[in-house]
Amino acid sequence: MTSYELLRFDDWTSPVPPVEREVLSRLVEGEAEHPPLLFVAGPGTGAWAFAEHWLPHAAGRGFPAYALTPRADGDLRAHVHDLVQVAASLPRQAVLIGHGAGALVVSHALGRYPARAAVLAAPAMDRWATLGAALKANPFGTLRRRPRLNRKQLFGPDVATADDYLARMTFERRLVAPHSRAGLAPVLVVGSPDDRVVPRKSLDRVAAEYGGAPLMFPGMAHALMLDTGWAEPIDAVLDWLTKELTAVD
Amino acid sequence: MHDTPDIADRRDAVCVIGAGASGLATIKNLREHGFAVDCYERETSVGGAWNWRHDRSPVYANTHLISSRPLTEFPDFPMPDNWPDYPHHSQVLSYLERYAKHFGLGEHIWFGTEVVSAAPVGDGRWDVTTRSTGGGSSRVQRYAAVVAANGHNWAPAKPEIDGADTFRGQVIHSAQYKDPAQLRNRKVLVIGGGNTGCDIAVEAAQQATTVWHSTRRGYWYAPKYVMGRPADQVNDRLLRWRLPLRLRQWLYRRTLALTTGDLTRYGLPEPDHRPYESHPIVNSQLPYYLGHGRIKPVPDVARFAGGQVELADGRRIDADLVITATGYTPRFEFLDPALIGADLDGRPDLHLHAFARKHPTLAVVGLLQPDSGVLPLAHWQSVAVARWLQLRREDPVRAAAVQQKESARPLPSWSRRQVVPTRRHWFEVDHIAYLKAVGELLHEMEPAT
Repeated sequence: MTSYELLRFDDWTSPVPPVEREVLSRLVEGEAEHPPLLFVAGPGTGAWAFAEHWLPHAAGRGFPAYALTPRADGDLRAHVHDLVQVAASLPRQAVLIGHGAGALVVSHALGRYPARAAVLAAPAMDRWATLGAALKANPFGTLRRRPRLNRKQLFGPDVATADDYLARMTFERRLVAPHSRAGLAPVLVVGSPDDRVVPRKSLDRVAAEYGGAPLMFPGMAHALMLDTGWAEPIDAVLDWLTKELTAVD
Repeated sequence: MHDTPDIADRRDAVCVIGAGASGLATIKNLREHGFAVDCYERETSVGGAWNWRHDRSPVYANTHLISSRPLTEFPDFPMPDNWPDYPHHSQVLSYLERYAKHFGLGEHIWFGTEVVSAAPVGDGRWDVTTRSTGGGSSRVQRYAAVVAANGHNWAPAKPEIDGADTFRGQVIHSAQYKDPAQLRNRKVLVIGGGNTGCDIAVEAAQQATTVWHSTRRGYWYAPKYVMGRPADQVNDRLLRWRLPLRLRQWLYRRTLALTTGDLTRYGLPEPDHRPYESHPIVNSQLPYYLGHGRIKPVPDVARFAGGQVELADGRRIDADLVITATGYTPRFEFLDPALIGADLDGRPDLHLHAFARKHPTLAVVGLLQPDSGVLPLAHWQSVAVARWLQLRREDPVRAAAVQQKESARPLPSWSRRQVVPTRRHWFEVDHIAYLKAVGELLHEMEPAT
């Protein structure tokens, strides 16, 4: 079901104010044969989280890779606006890849920008399921005024730099909100059955809404791009893209 | 019928005419809906009217948008948010060039190629004859559908003024006005109260020795900013609150009284119509120069006499440059006028100003004069055209049902604006009402779930 949003009074009467946006990139030499990838995580997790492993890895496989840091104190509308602004500034039609609450931003951006394809990684898009899982894994952190996720929720046991990563993250009150869907792009959902932030059921539900099943990486924690086995999900995503995009042409 | 081997059959491909803003959006949206597209563009680059390098481009050095950026950009490819509220025409061109590159549209465009004719062959298909702009032999190809996005601001409408051969000065159409240097130290008469006429009058006020501005009637001259916001953004707030037209008209009068003020004081006639009944004219500088005496408002021009310009009130003015900012006429030389239901004046009759009533595989995109930018409307038009052609191909039964329902839709439901009945307002639409109508059409064409 495609839904069209023709009347956009918010954008017409009070446009989102511009900000300086942080975009990190790892580019491919010469003319890239693959479309650019644009990564975004939830509010509080900057572009750096992708620059650790996924950006260089994707570039190594011929995909120009970019990551956006969500603006501080922005609401969902501002984050969607920023993602679409960066996507439209790229030389070619981009693939949007959202992680965690960033998947929600991507799902909204699909109604504003005709992405080549989209990937929702460990999507925190299902309000109650995510809250339930967070309460179970980390009741005190979840119930704080400003919720915090802990090391065990985000990382597997053997990520040596987990504490450093955690120190660089902040968490917003808004972890999740309901999402809409629009656009014609193929969408892939990836996640882990052992994710302590996004429960298995939630992954299935989100994937079903986009007419598929989630691609699973057992044993991994929520922070797929920083966990020890980070190479596996990104390789699977790039394989899927290569297959999906050649099938179209 | 005439299936000669000369005709290359392009099967399900769609022919798009023109690679300006509307044509580019049409290529992109047809491609997204799975169509092969051949676009023909007589110039050698994209951008149409917005490309100042093109012979027929109406832009002049200082052209800026009249509608603000959010109401002018494509809804799925925003302009950079650090651009000004009213970008310059060169920014619009670079935006269109980036759009074409971003979506890889160039490979579907045949530049330097003119469409000579498009004729139906029965079964809904079209024979399109093209020729290289430089001349040479023509070529006929058969398409499943034709979408004309040839623009309507390139064929100047030049007024017939008696005695033009006796005039000592120079007469040009605004299309030939490019650079303020053309005005420097001259006595300039600008004819026409549209946005172009007002813009040129203002530039003349900055350059020329004397400026007369001739308008046939009084207009509502809106400022570009109201309360520190672009005026169209403030206006859309009123529309969002669904204020009734009468109340909006009252607010409009109040707002103008508080901002622009009373222009009859400078000798301009009182508007002979209510606000919202003519195409919006947005110019903050015109009242300023009227107040400084740099622009002298004068009535309609009657004729040229004794080497001078004679006005409707009998006065004569001694101008040495006359610029007629009298707009453009739509032209579809490659189509038999009957195909688009055009009357003797050349005014087409199309459903939603887009769909040919008797030819389901012929559409026109961008033939609109909205109270916003054209690009967002052209985008949704082309989505509707693409979706319509897709539905027709995949589910002819439902397509027929949609066609029947749409053809019964009364004109006022999508073009409900009461406007001054002149050529200038042939394609005048209210962007909200129009987008709602296109949205309803898109909704009807949704796959049944």
